[in-house]
Parts: sequence; structure tokens; C-alpha cells
Amino acid sequence: MKVSIIKYNAGNVHSVASALRRLHIEPEITDNPDILKTSDRVVFPGVGEASTAMHYLREKGLDKLIPALTQPFLGICLGLQLMCQSSEENNTECLGIFDVKVKKFPEGLKIPHMGWNNFAELKSPLYKGISPQDFVYFVHSYYAPVSIESIAVTDYGIKFSAAMAKDNFFGMQYHPEKSGKVGAKILENFLRI
Amino acid sequence: MLTKRIIPCLDIKDGQTVKGVNFVNLVHAGDPVELGTRYSEEGADELVFLDITATVEKRDTLVVLVRKIAANLNIPFTVGGGIKSVRDVEALLNAGADKISINSAAVKNPGLIDELALQFGSQCVVLAVDTRHQSGEDFVYVHGGRTQTDRLTLPWIREAVNRGAGEILLTSMDHDGTKNGFAKDITAKVSEMVCVPVIASGGAGVMAHFVDIFRDGKADAALAASIFHFGEISIGELKKYLKHNNIEVRI
Repeated sequence: MKVSIIKYNAGNVHSVASALRRLHIEPEITDNPDILKTSDRVVFPGVGEASTAMHYLREKGLDKLIPALTQPFLGICLGLQLMCQSSEENNTECLGIFDVKVKKFPEGLKIPHMGWNNFAELKSPLYKGISPQDFVYFVHSYYAPVSIESIAVTDYGIKFSAAMAKDNFFGMQYHPEKSGKVGAKILENFLRI
Repeated sequence: MLTKRIIPCLDIKDGQTVKGVNFVNLVHAGDPVELGTRYSEEGADELVFLDITATVEKRDTLVVLVRKIAANLNIPFTVGGGIKSVRDVEALLNAGADKISINSAAVKNPGLIDELALQFGSQCVVLAVDTRHQSGEDFVYVHGGRTQTDRLTLPWIREAVNRGAGEILLTSMDHDGTKNGFAKDITAKVSEMVCVPVIASGGAGVMAHFVDIFRDGKADAALAASIFHFGEISIGELKKYLKHNNIEVRI
């Protein structure tokens, strides 16, 4: 199976690559449109700031390429947020795949939402063998609200989308690559979709 | 619900763990990768690797080690010890560390916190603070707790968070090594003052101390070293105990 990780200037590309290698997949880290179009799976990781990341994607023409991809596509953390319409983080226009606007957590909560939290309303083959009693690792200050595209919901004072899906596009707010055996199972499920 | 985190800390010197480790069935007792994996399997939520290598030349060993840890470990880990510059941090993050912790260098040059937060994001910048109570006030210590500064702990932490620190690792030197329990008062004060997560460190001796620091000390995470290394408390047992005491943990 040919798996590509989108190369851009937003962190943790290597953590995702390591997690895939532990599943015996050697991913290619690339921003080459031809390779991305012909991959069986595309992973879009990200730790960083929304406007800087979108600026880079536009420079490389990836803002047009990504929404047109047809194979199973997985955005992680900032990756999920960039797949939404817009983000309150520096008022950034995003890719518009998911029909929600990303918001900042309200004051009064510890920000970032950092650590292991569970999720409910699991609604996707991604969660085969996973239960709401399982925990995944989050680190984020912005969130995608719950919508009809939510396939997992987490409670941190307010409820938000732990994961979303639309057609071939999947997004996870948590880091499956850092979520122990549960995360590895979810990534494995993604490879089997 | 967001759970409280249990974080074992491993001291590293020249690429090997230094503190005596009492685990059975370890092929290489000093191998940080093997020990880290073992802790992860026992239920550790994160790991902290603290490099105590004295010489600058040996720092490259740390980057090699971090790369190895990142390839093998599937939970988040923080690397600290002797980090002085944006370049040090860049090398460690590129090698796969999820977070870095800074201490003395930030006290000497607080602007470093701003630079790191701007370049890499607050979420990976942990401010480690060693604090000691003296004549009615809490002072910040540096250089592994050897040197007192004239900075007061609470104002320093407030400043650091304003500059972009994303998490506080608070070690009470009055409690560290005593096994009489964590410093609940100062930890609660810090946790209520700042809007970022606080890791309490120093003083863990029995499982009840963890209940105290989460309940009364309002800590988001608790860090310990020797009680885990010497097998006095197993992480699996500790988490069951916490859950039994109505503290939310990942089991």
C-alpha cells in the first residue's frame, strides 16, 4: 500500500511516519501533486498555527489539490482544523471540506486541552474494535464544533468534534500516532477502509 | 472527561538511564528506550527524559537517543536538561520529541520563551520551575537546584505563561526526595493562577500522595522518578487506586 504524508511546515510529520512504520508501512513524505494523487492513502498531520500553515498550502497549490483528492484522506489535529471552513486562529480561511468554523476554547478552561480524554458517539469503521471507554491523546487550543459530520464527540467543558468525516475525508482532533495501542488500532482501521 | 496524567521521569546521562532501576526482565536496565516502552505498557500517560549530561559535546548523543525513542514509543514525551537555544529545541523536536522543557536558560533569558512559543507553538514549551520556601516566600532556583535566584516563584510563572509557556512543571525542592508528599499549597496556587496545565513534582512516597496532589493541589499531572524506578509503586496499581478514589485516570 502506498501511503503519503503531506509535507508542510507544521510539525509532527515524523511522529506520524514512525506510527505508520510500526504498522509496517513505509510512508512517503511529499508535497508532489502527482505522488499525492496516486497514493492509496494520504495523511495530513499538523501541529502549528493555522494561518502560517494555510499560507504554505496556498504557495504549493495544495489548497486546490487536497479537496479534489478521492482516496481515503486523514487530517490530524491542525490537519482536521484546516479541513474546516475557517478558523478563529488569526481569522484564517481554510480548505472548506467540513462545513463548520473552528473556534477557540472559552476562557475558564485550561488551554491547551492537553492529555488523555475519551470520546462518545463513535460512528465510523475507523472505530471498529474501539469503545467509548478508550482514551486518546489531545493537545489543542481550538476546536471544531459538533455537527452532522462528527464521527466522535469529546467533552471538555463543552462538547466538540473529536473526529469528523465526509465522503473520503476523515479528520481527527486527537493524535492517533501518540495514543498508544488505541491510536495504533484507529490508524490500522484507516488503512483498511 | 480529561484524565489526570501520571508521568515517570527518567534521568539520562550519555544516552543511558542513570538512576538505579529495579525492574525485572529488562535486558538492558540502562536503555531508555526499553525502560520507556515498559512504562508505557504499564500505563504511563507521558514520559519525561531529563538529560543530565554535563558536557556540551555529548549533546549530540541526546538527539540520536530522542530519534530512537520517537521511533519506538507511542505516547508523548518531553525532553529537558541543558536546553539553551532555539537551535537546541529545533534539533530535539525534529528528532521527534513532543515537548521540551526549559529551566535555567529561561530564567537567564526570559525572551527565549517568547521565541520558542512563536517558532514552535506554546503546546511544546514546558517551563520547569524549581521552587523553595524561604522566610515566608517562594524563590526560584536554577542549575539543578544549586543556585538561588532573587525571582519569586508565582510572579515568574505568571510572566512565563504570558510569554508563551504552555505547561508548568513545578518541582518543590522542600519536598523532593522526602517521600512525605507533594507540595499541595504552592501547586494549588500556581494551578489556580495560570490557565495552562500544571505538573506537580517532588515528594511522592505513597499512592495517597497522588490523590492529595490531584484533589487538594489541583494538579493536572504528577511526576515521579524513584518510586517508579525502584518498583515501590507500580503505575498500574496507582491508577486503579486513583480511580477507586474518584480521580479520573486512563486505564
